[in-house]
Amino acid sequence: MPEITLNDQNFENEVLKSEVPVLVDFWAPWCGPCKMMGPIVDEVAKEMEGKPIKVAKLNVDESTATAEKYNVMSIPTFKIFKGGEVVDEFVGVQTKEEIIKKLEKFIG
Amino acid sequence: MYDLIIIGGGPAGLTAAIYAARRAVRTLVLAREFGGQAVYASKVENFPGFDMISGYELMEKMKAQAERLGAEVKSVETKEIKKENDIFSVRDKDGNSYEGKSLILSFGAVPRKLGLPNEDKFRGNGISYCATCDAPFYKNKNVAVIGGGNAALDAALLLAKFAKQVYLVHRRDEFKGEAVRVDDVKKLSNIEIILNSEVKEIKGEKNITGVKVVRNDNSESRDLEVNGIFVEIGHIVESEFISKMVTLDRRRQIIVNDKNETNVPGVFAAGDATTVPYKQIIIAAGEGAKAALSTYSYLQKINSK
Repeated sequence: MPEITLNDQNFENEVLKSEVPVLVDFWAPWCGPCKMMGPIVDEVAKEMEGKPIKVAKLNVDESTATAEKYNVMSIPTFKIFKGGEVVDEFVGVQTKEEIIKKLEKFIG
Repeated sequence: MYDLIIIGGGPAGLTAAIYAARRAVRTLVLAREFGGQAVYASKVENFPGFDMISGYELMEKMKAQAERLGAEVKSVETKEIKKENDIFSVRDKDGNSYEGKSLILSFGAVPRKLGLPNEDKFRGNGISYCATCDAPFYKNKNVAVIGGGNAALDAALLLAKFAKQVYLVHRRDEFKGEAVRVDDVKKLSNIEIILNSEVKEIKGEKNITGVKVVRNDNSESRDLEVNGIFVEIGHIVESEFISKMVTLDRRRQIIVNDKNETNVPGVFAAGDATTVPYKQIIIAAGEGAKAALSTYSYLQKINSK
């Protein structure tokens, strides 16, 4: 499953009402480290294919309401949502394996 | 078995990979952060050949070039390096191992922290080490920038465009950064410069509500109401994981000679992780090229044995 592009409109349906946990990558085009993370998040999405988890990206520049609601003050920020709640979050550049390890805790 | 394993994927590591791959050296690049510190620069205006390019774009080009030439790249954090019978075994944080005949250490440096007790707690919630990433989140808010070099001055200038009030706190009596930047900072009415002072306390529960700034001679203490703190007090080399293998200087930088050799045969080093003066993209790239050429000579020598 390729990753999902989120915005203020589809966030509720795709993330809050999702039946499986969702990794959300909060990023912006002005943020170099976020863009460097882009292909790594793509790889995570590929490796998670077939597993009960979704990988999604939210451009905070376009979807300011959602970014504000979740108090995103530093990017890249990653949040894992499960049952409509944030169950884990981490800030800054991560390796592929670090993200996968964190996701695996919520697949079960 | 690789001919060469490069630890670090910034300008030094990626340039080394380009040079090595062009000489048909089987090369693996292991990096925690591709692009390194360079991707934190929104504008690079002193890399020859480019009037202006974003740090991200420049580093993406270097990475793509290295890959196109045949270097393999992996997003992992290196944990341990061992040498056995002239073979280097590199283990990453996830337990995977890679073997190589030679090494280039080019893992750069990471931002220095203030060292205050609740600093990590507020990471992503008011503490930032990347002004270009996070400045837009502080529209109409008050922020403090800590530091006195070019990075701190640039952060203050950028934040002044978004924030209501910027406090620029520096522990010395004058700035280390370029005079042009200092003049630009002084011209802006929403930047207040606080010299000879340090942040001693971060206040707040969930979010930052203020900082306590104390003058070095303890003559004055001020509470500033800020929601964000941008830390720009330089970088440190995180070299503990190789400290038993290669010789480091007092600042924990890897000691190299002018051929980028360390004290261990087969181990080379380049860029900001080393003792080379001036931490610049162009210098790190040049050092990476030198390290790759030295590695090539070393590989030829051991292969002809």
